[in-house]
Amino acid sequence: METILKVEHLKKYFAINVGGPFARHMASLKAVDDVSFEVGRGETLGLVGETGCGKTTVGRTIVGLYAPTAGTITYCDENLCALSREAMRKVRSKLQMIFQDPYASLNPRMTVGNIIEEPMDIFNIGTMAERRERVQELLRTVGLNPEHTNRFPHEFSGGQRQRIGIARALAMNPEFIVADEPISALDVSIQAQIVNMLEDLQQNLGLTYLFIAHDLAMVKHISDRVLVAYLGKIVEVDESNDIYKHPLHPYTKALLSAVPIPDPRIEMQRQRIVLKGDLPSPVNPPSGCHFRTRCPIAQPICAEQEPELRDMGSGHMVSCHFVS
Amino acid sequence: MNENNVLMRIQDLTTNFHTYAGVVHAVDKMTLTVPKDSVVGIVGESGSGKSVTMMSVMRLIPNPPGRIEGGHVWFDGAALGMPDRMEKDGPNKGMVDLLSLPGDAMMKVRGRHIGMIFQDPMVSLNPVLTIGLQMTESMVAHGLATNEEAWKRAVEMLALVGIPNPEERMRDYPHQYSGGMRQRVMIAMALSCSPELVIADEPTTSLDVTVQAQILELMKELKAKLKSSIIIISHDLSIVAGIADKVVVMYAGRILEEADVYDLYEKPGHPYTMGLMKSVPRLDAENRERLVPIEGSPPDLLAPPVGCKFAPRCKYAMNICREQEPPLVTVGEGHRARCFLHHPTAPAVPGFVKVG
Repeated sequence: METILKVEHLKKYFAINVGGPFARHMASLKAVDDVSFEVGRGETLGLVGETGCGKTTVGRTIVGLYAPTAGTITYCDENLCALSREAMRKVRSKLQMIFQDPYASLNPRMTVGNIIEEPMDIFNIGTMAERRERVQELLRTVGLNPEHTNRFPHEFSGGQRQRIGIARALAMNPEFIVADEPISALDVSIQAQIVNMLEDLQQNLGLTYLFIAHDLAMVKHISDRVLVAYLGKIVEVDESNDIYKHPLHPYTKALLSAVPIPDPRIEMQRQRIVLKGDLPSPVNPPSGCHFRTRCPIAQPICAEQEPELRDMGSGHMVSCHFVS
Repeated sequence: MNENNVLMRIQDLTTNFHTYAGVVHAVDKMTLTVPKDSVVGIVGESGSGKSVTMMSVMRLIPNPPGRIEGGHVWFDGAALGMPDRMEKDGPNKGMVDLLSLPGDAMMKVRGRHIGMIFQDPMVSLNPVLTIGLQMTESMVAHGLATNEEAWKRAVEMLALVGIPNPEERMRDYPHQYSGGMRQRVMIAMALSCSPELVIADEPTTSLDVTVQAQILELMKELKAKLKSSIIIISHDLSIVAGIADKVVVMYAGRILEEADVYDLYEKPGHPYTMGLMKSVPRLDAENRERLVPIEGSPPDLLAPPVGCKFAPRCKYAMNICREQEPPLVTVGEGHRARCFLHHPTAPAVPGFVKVG
């Protein structure tokens, strides 16, 4: 498979004030700390992890909403981090994003037509009539009534708004879409509608997705491969079916066992690996392996040495000292 | 005493919200029985009326715009210790109607007999009071303990829900706790007066899966240890599966189905329940099957459809579904469903277990 996007040693640190409201004492929050992965053309790569693991930051850095602290992002043989503003602008039209909260990501004072048309206006595509035409076509693509172009976002339900957000992302005929928790704000019965639509769009338009979510069952459903992130690092990568059947990293195992299954016969019997405590602060992550503070099999070596992401065969990568 | 082992019976509860746009029928003629020592799960999407039902039980509906228009909430009178207010006769003998209690009597019920765990632990704790003060407040207010005793009991409760160094953490403020810890505090607080009933309103929705697993395990543990009934509200069928004895599925302010937890998942008696189950991917699924969504969106409660509220989204809707609202019929032992497909003359539908 041709590689469409390659992320190498990506780091994104945020400077934050830790000295209280009046003192000025800066520290760096390591949201993404040395992350590398590749995405093949036409595949769906899932990225899962708990709140604060840096999954959203990875997505936003890829589309250029954040400048990386270090590392490179190569998109179709071009290093996005080294491009000039003008060159980046051109590439960016091919990289689009679907945001998490459909209530916050649409401008309430713009009509739906204007929202979807805006990217085309910015890139000066077609005549006004052609753009209008394209808006109608996009609305039909995402299953909305083309007559609704003059309505405002508040007139739509959550699921419909997310469709508008998707239509906007599609306006520039993108190749790569970062979907940042596109369904987590939606009702259960609506989630499946949006996921099916994303799958259809991928089929018809040949899109590549980076699908960011915390819902493991949904990620497993939609993705070809899954990255599991923990505190700014990637701890495991594998094909989505395999990772469920043979998880290797203790964090992945715990994460999978935490997902409830809608069947009381299974659920009442299930032995859970319940992780103790909470995610440590990314400002001051634990030494060595980041997961060791909550890990059920941690040993002294985990505090001293950081495990590397090792290939266990056929693309199954794990970073743990005790996996062989 | 009531001999039917019933802790609470909600009967024909109707709650409306009077807004400028019109009357929203948030809960319509809701009937639900909560047996003693049981866990009842209420499942529904946003706007299905599950939270409003429980807020009505607690009589915490803001008025205006909300108003409880009718119905009764019968609660075991012996547990409440209100012998003079108990029904003397009839099916609700020995029960007290919470909706007819005067305000000060209701104050004695809230927290003392019905504890509540709210959805968002980030906003439901007071940020300017210490955890200790908030924990002891209800025990002292209900006259169950002196300040010192309440403090001791609060420390015990915090230890019970798994907060390390409870003694010291009592003096901390909510912002010093993480989300999962705050939810534990909420649980400890709800249980501190040993209420007969605990209502947990989406207790894990704002939490990460790993923390959610911690909280659910904790609730299962406490359920075994303490003698409280629990009502757990969720939008997720899979969360309820592991903890509830009985599950109620709500839609548009009414119950569509009510069943024993095993029955509900094995032979759902309503197309909506079936749809909900097919529309979520399962982690243990072998193949990547396409999801089957429920088309359309939930009805506007300002102008709900005539007839069955689910009919506009139902694959099997018949003509009668659009004209008349189906009654909640018994389809098995303790299994009720609101669907015309159970009618003897209705066509058979694959995967649907029909009764009669």
